[in-house]
Amino acid sequence: MSALTVTDLCKSFGGLHVTTDVNLDVGPGERRLIIGPNGAGKTTLFNLITGELTPDSGSIALFGHDITRVPSRRRPHLGMARTYQIITLFPHDTILHNVTLALLGLSPMRWNPLIDMKRQSHIVEHARAALDRVGLAHIAERPLSQTSYGERRRVEIAMALAQNPKLLLLDEPFAGLSIDERRDVHQLLLSIPRDVTMVMIEHNMDVALEFAERITLLHFGEVIVEGTRAEVVADPRTREVYLGH
Amino acid sequence: MSARIIAYAITLVALIAVPYWISGDYYINVASQILFYAIFALGLNILVGYAGLVSLGHAGLLGITAYAAGYTLQAGFGHTTAILVALVLGVAAMAIYAVLSLRATGIGFIMITLALGEIIWGLAYRWISITGGDNGINLHGRPEPFGISLDSPSAFYYATLVVFLVALAAVAVFVRSPLGAALMGTRDQPRRMNALGYHVWAIRFWACLLSGLLTAISAVLFVYYTQFISPQALDLTASAEVLLMVISGGAGTLLGPIVGACLVVVVKSVVSGYIERWNMLLGAIFVAIVILMPEGLVPGTMRLWRLAWRKAERRSGKAEAKP
Repeated sequence: MSALTVTDLCKSFGGLHVTTDVNLDVGPGERRLIIGPNGAGKTTLFNLITGELTPDSGSIALFGHDITRVPSRRRPHLGMARTYQIITLFPHDTILHNVTLALLGLSPMRWNPLIDMKRQSHIVEHARAALDRVGLAHIAERPLSQTSYGERRRVEIAMALAQNPKLLLLDEPFAGLSIDERRDVHQLLLSIPRDVTMVMIEHNMDVALEFAERITLLHFGEVIVEGTRAEVVADPRTREVYLGH
Repeated sequence: MSARIIAYAITLVALIAVPYWISGDYYINVASQILFYAIFALGLNILVGYAGLVSLGHAGLLGITAYAAGYTLQAGFGHTTAILVALVLGVAAMAIYAVLSLRATGIGFIMITLALGEIIWGLAYRWISITGGDNGINLHGRPEPFGISLDSPSAFYYATLVVFLVALAAVAVFVRSPLGAALMGTRDQPRRMNALGYHVWAIRFWACLLSGLLTAISAVLFVYYTQFISPQALDLTASAEVLLMVISGGAGTLLGPIVGACLVVVVKSVVSGYIERWNMLLGAIFVAIVILMPEGLVPGTMRLWRLAWRKAERRSGKAEAKP
């Protein structure tokens, strides 16, 4: 059974067709890379998959379960997590609090108005473990506003991983990182076990190509080429669309 | 930590001793007013400070609760029934407010709550058969919990103090709780909260209900204090006043709304005895707060205190280094 199946997905904003008959089939444990020039509709596709946007037609299935009509807030509960291209974190709080919120999102405890959250040791310990995984445990108590851009990227990933997802959607996880930071994030992504299926949007080819097993090339909202790494790189349409010559 | 507990204990003793160290019924009544306005401001602060939703219609909620109490008493029911009916109607009104206004955030939310508040004001003013129009509704007597009469200013003050302390404790527990953390999350990053699996609308709705309950509680105290309710109590100025209490004291802090309530009530009822244009003075104070401490009196004072503390430390450090 596929981890993620997208069938004939369409979305337009007025006359602008941002997603046109997109079909995707990502197997369990697969590492899929989605590439395409600016404005190709990559992030829109992510927003459709996570439910932040409603498709005009087509369907989305997660492990064989049709989720097209499932509200976006329910999808993390079904095993879907995402990171954002533009960092979307809680700037007034500590790194630990950010990750704790991610854990709390899947716990029924999030409705409890009477207990002290800082004293819920199992959830706080769990959050520390998630930070340890991305190498940020030593600065867990630091306010997010005092962290570097690269650290924030890793907090984004830690929050997604803390939710123990079956499908992880990464929207440009290397964007704006220095070479050293890029290597750290790359190592981090390689360390994620195979029971997590990953779909990644990325522009940075040298790290992204190494990561991907299969590649989907989007252009003007359509899938132009799809195949293994070697196939897509060799395809003349890839050069034409993506490399521009 | 122990210093904090001592500070709390001293404050509590000072609050209990108010009727002894303040002479005159008038000033004890002012203290009661500060306390029930503080509950009102605590309720509004749940939305303004912790949910990031600014309401300009909360006086309408106060009005519905106060009129409900007044009308039920007038119809011949007892105090317990009147208080219960008033609280239920106040919270129900907030639920309707929330369903209508949570369709928007930001300016949209402000405008919808403003419109709802004005509608309630209009009803209070025009629906004379129920509200008495401009004449309002007069109440007779205060409830006697456990057989204690609340007719004297100090007895009413103590009753208000108990309710106030319970309300403050409830808010303190709430903001530390997971639901409180989730609410602040929806204030800062609603989109992310949704993507993390939170029901943003429902979290905001519960926050609205808590805010409505605190508003209703303060309204019951208000109407028993004044023994009278008329449309003036729920006009836009009243909504703006309590919003100013929250913002001037420090939105999103526990003590800010209390300090704000203190400031507004003292200027309104005490300073106005000496200065005829007390409105102007209040305006000037707000302008000064906005310029000097835009984050509000409580966080602003804490910032200046920390700054002064650090400066003093550095100076003593230098003095030690010199010889």
